[in-house]
Amino acid sequence: MIEIKGLMKSFGKNQVLKGIDATIQKGEVVAVIGPSGSGKSTFLRCLNRLEEPTGGTIRFKDRDVTAAQRDLNVIRQKMGMVFQHFNLFPHMSVLENLTITPRKVKGMNKEEAEKIALELLRSVGLEDKRDARPDSLSGGQKQRIAIARALAMQPEVMLFDEPTSALDPEMVGEVLDVMKRLAQNGMTMIIVTHEMGFAREVADRLIFMDGGYIVEEGLPREVLSNPQHARTKEFLSKVL
Amino acid sequence: MNFSFLDDYGSYFLNGAWVTLQLSFFGVLFGTLLGIVFALMRLSRVWIVRILATAYIEIIRGTPMLVQIFIIHFGLTNFGINFSPFMSGVIALTINSAAYMAEVFRAGIQAIDKGQTEAARSLGMSRGQAMRLIVLPQAFRNMLPAIGNELIVIIKDSSLVSTIGIAELMYNARTVQSSTYIPLEPLLVAAGVYFVMTFTLSQLLNVLERRLGKR
Repeated sequence: MIEIKGLMKSFGKNQVLKGIDATIQKGEVVAVIGPSGSGKSTFLRCLNRLEEPTGGTIRFKDRDVTAAQRDLNVIRQKMGMVFQHFNLFPHMSVLENLTITPRKVKGMNKEEAEKIALELLRSVGLEDKRDARPDSLSGGQKQRIAIARALAMQPEVMLFDEPTSALDPEMVGEVLDVMKRLAQNGMTMIIVTHEMGFAREVADRLIFMDGGYIVEEGLPREVLSNPQHARTKEFLSKVL
Repeated sequence: MNFSFLDDYGSYFLNGAWVTLQLSFFGVLFGTLLGIVFALMRLSRVWIVRILATAYIEIIRGTPMLVQIFIIHFGLTNFGINFSPFMSGVIALTINSAAYMAEVFRAGIQAIDKGQTEAARSLGMSRGQAMRLIVLPQAFRNMLPAIGNELIVIIKDSSLVSTIGIAELMYNARTVQSSTYIPLEPLLVAAGVYFVMTFTLSQLLNVLERRLGKR
């Protein structure tokens, strides 16, 4: 579904991605781990071109993401993204957060957009917050709304950029539960995360990044319990 | 103190205040619209567009409004361009408030967290949609105090256009002065009327700010 070849990204002289090759299958759940500064967030943000790659190609289905001009916005509709800091729109109600893009970008009418939005709010257990302002929600609630907002565009793949890193510990579970259910329903997901337990349980594949490269990848259980590469061992010994 | 002239000349101040309000209203209205354009130009990805907007803002802010008024009203006749005094006044106020408003808008837009634009773009919104639907509504709320400040400045600065013969508040105050040979009191009345206008405005803005702040 997504094919990445020789992906590179530099910020000025600082080369963050030094040639990433990866293929993501439809329905696959891929967890990306690695030390901070390893380029894992940049990698994810290159996939929908929130960061402009400086080299390599990304193909999403039959489209060339790296060359896309006007149709980039169409591609992005198919790639939902969830951010570490939620980035809900604070000047809108929860319901409006979920309906504004389907209405304004897809031209969906209000009734239909609200119907989809309410179903999604129910699925993340926050139907009663439809008229609340984002400021009045807890971190866990905000992130569940953010996931629902991305899903409201009916994407084919979901990108998660450290979705639980900004949460208080007691709220991590509720967000992971939502993500787990999404994975079970067959959503293609790429998750940059520090939650090793979650990666082991939910991901089909684990990618370990360090220094702008994919150092090691494989089944989460195998990579976590029997890492092959020295740097993977070193990283895991610190976090597990 | 003798304010008995108000019996005969009171209407001068009311009419003058009305013209002042019209000048300020149009100056601020067009200035705001133009200001948004210049603010977006300053944030453009195209460097020549950025330079043009920056040059405009610096030149307008760096030269006296009185000189600008005279250039527009008297100087441009050199090229056969003749504006009525009211037109010249509105143009001068517009280009001035546009320069200051542009900076207010630019700062307001830049103060909005980058994550807001990223979230909007990641959902598939275009740059324009993200700006219009997500960034500007939030920026506007933060900018209200600065916008209010600019409105008050414009009302006060509009007194400068009395020099090209527009019968606004200041001009009429001086007319009363010279008709009655009273030097002080007509000016005090004018000052009072200006103050009533600006104070009312700042109170209205306070109410608006509280309303928006609650949401």
